[in-house]
Amino acid sequence: MTYFFQNLVNALQWGSFYALIALGYSMVYGILMLFNFAHGDIFMVGAYIGFGVATGVTALASFGAIALPNWLILVLTIIISMFLTSFVGMLVERLGYRPLREAPRASAAITGLMIGIILETGNLAMLGAKRVRFPSLIKSTTYNIGGVFVTNKKIMIVAVSLMLMLALHQFVRRTKYGMAMRAMAFDYVVVPLMGVSINTIAAMTFAIGSALAAAAGILFGVAYPVLDPYMGIVFGWKAFVAAILGGRGSILGACMAGFLLGFIEIFVAMIFPSTLRDLIAYSIILLILTFRPHGFFGEPYSARLRL
Amino acid sequence: MMFKKLRNSFSQVPLLGWLLGALIAVVLEYYLGDALADVLRLPKIPVLFGFVIMLKKPLLIPSVLIFVMLIYALPIGAVARLSAPVTNRLVAWLFKLPMIISVAIHLGFLYAILHLWSDISAYRVLTLKLTMIAIIVTLSLNVINGYMGEFSCSHPGFMALGAYGASVFTVVLFAKDKLFGAAILPAALGPYMFPVALIIGGIFAALGALVIAIPSFRTRGDYLAIISLAFMFIVKSMIENLEIVGGPRGLSSQPDYANLPTVFLWTVACVWIINNFVRSTLGKSLNAVRDDEMAANAMTVNTRQTKIVAFLFSAFWAGVAGGLFAHVLRYVNPGTFGLQKLAEVLAMVYFGGLNSVYGSIVGAVSLSMLSEALRPLEIFKWIIIPLLLILVMIYRPTGLIAFKEFDVKKLIKPKHKQEKEV
Repeated sequence: MTYFFQNLVNALQWGSFYALIALGYSMVYGILMLFNFAHGDIFMVGAYIGFGVATGVTALASFGAIALPNWLILVLTIIISMFLTSFVGMLVERLGYRPLREAPRASAAITGLMIGIILETGNLAMLGAKRVRFPSLIKSTTYNIGGVFVTNKKIMIVAVSLMLMLALHQFVRRTKYGMAMRAMAFDYVVVPLMGVSINTIAAMTFAIGSALAAAAGILFGVAYPVLDPYMGIVFGWKAFVAAILGGRGSILGACMAGFLLGFIEIFVAMIFPSTLRDLIAYSIILLILTFRPHGFFGEPYSARLRL
Repeated sequence: MMFKKLRNSFSQVPLLGWLLGALIAVVLEYYLGDALADVLRLPKIPVLFGFVIMLKKPLLIPSVLIFVMLIYALPIGAVARLSAPVTNRLVAWLFKLPMIISVAIHLGFLYAILHLWSDISAYRVLTLKLTMIAIIVTLSLNVINGYMGEFSCSHPGFMALGAYGASVFTVVLFAKDKLFGAAILPAALGPYMFPVALIIGGIFAALGALVIAIPSFRTRGDYLAIISLAFMFIVKSMIENLEIVGGPRGLSSQPDYANLPTVFLWTVACVWIINNFVRSTLGKSLNAVRDDEMAANAMTVNTRQTKIVAFLFSAFWAGVAGGLFAHVLRYVNPGTFGLQKLAEVLAMVYFGGLNSVYGSIVGAVSLSMLSEALRPLEIFKWIIIPLLLILVMIYRPTGLIAFKEFDVKKLIKPKHKQEKEV
């Protein structure tokens, strides 16, 4: 039983990475009806920006007279990197997606894939092929709760991601911009005629999604402090799967499916040999989608899809 | 004006004339290439039209340009233009005979050119074979993504199934291997059984495609994309876990059956069959399903049958390509058929053009040649090629040559002098 709970904790941690990244996919899908395939690589860029910011802030703190506590550095890192990465997201939208808004959706998907490759290669060209170590900002302490070992990092990761999800939920439900986003997701043809600029809303959606991905990247760096330029690929595609599984454009669905994916992966690895993880995890997803083709919270299939 | 005149005068050259020119150029290179390279102080004959050398050693650019000019551009242009009256008459005479003879002669010329061109170095042979395999995969993916308008991500999976199916067949029967033991049948029989191996690989892939074809009845678009993506991961992970075919270490010691003529013949067969398929009633019903499934259904198109045939057909060719791929490299491992391969194939389809056999050929050839030619740039290659693709997507969202029929008759017909515009 403790073994089960131990894995539950791990699954929660993995699920929060997936959920945070899947949110970006799902929101962009809700507004523009297309998937931003560069999103996994924005996660990677976010992790690297976080690495840069953390190193920079630590250096500044050590030079300056003020001694910043480590947790404050981490909070600063997360906030600054989210802010910086959101510009990366907006840039991707401006250069890669805005010119293609009327094009077939598959073309936009290809553009996204290619932007992802450019981000990976650009990173490789700038920083070289060696992996970088994310600075360890918080010291790992392990608590033993009834036989289950929980580190403070894991608690922090799950707490921070839940907080971000709640914040996003409040933003979308309570603010004017959130209302504009919901309206745009409801009908992206009519709402621009009502004076809501689709360009602003799309850029904002990309910015928010990228900021969440950056947060996921930093949290990942805290938990597994080795970063490499290709780490975004697998995460990106898995989060894409989660976003679809949750139902397209559904924020709640993306969160839940992200956690579900984390659970499936961890528990499959717990019961079966870990080499079978992908095989069984994807078979389960295939089964779910065969019997529930539009995900958990998605609208049923409509014939009015663009090519 | 000058350019237009030149273009006008070259527009009378039939395809056979161009092929003749290219053949002369290749023969020239075969016999005089080394000597000319010596004179121009090039280390050896430029392998890929000089791109690689030019990028590696910029000082040699003038001599490479002279070489390309003397060996390729001038002979091709001169022979094609000067022989135009003769070739036109010849083609007109051939045109009266059954089509198949005319086409066979053109293909014979094409093969002779490729053979002589690739005889210079092993690198050219390998590049050529991989390019032709890329043509097969791209065409087969275009059937689903272009003609039927789905977004299938499963082609690396089909390729993997085909590669392993064909490899296991040939390795078990004709090769001595540490996994499967000694050969069962005499090795002399091998090359004759190779088509069987490829077809078995293709059927393997087609059976796998049922997993995607059946859900495609109920859903399409993004959900089908995910189903196909999941299928790709499942295939990869399944092969990694099958110790009997080598697991993640891969399967090697495939016999060397995939020589240039074999790959060429399969590519020609693929282009021919897929071109006929997409121009048949069934192929047109693919377009109907893409444009409006409900309307197609109302117009007596059997959408289920259409979908299942399209998926099985496309997967079959992807499997054949996988089998060829395995026998060209004589080694496969499941890691090859991952997301990287997927991005590559998708790029080829969308770069070349949707819904077009021409486009697929252009996309596959240009992207594989480009990625070889830009090799000296190392990782910057992976910035330039994606940028190029993004530009193509922005300015021609459906690809370079989209929605264009591949008409053999139009391609090989004699090109007589155009009447002056009145």
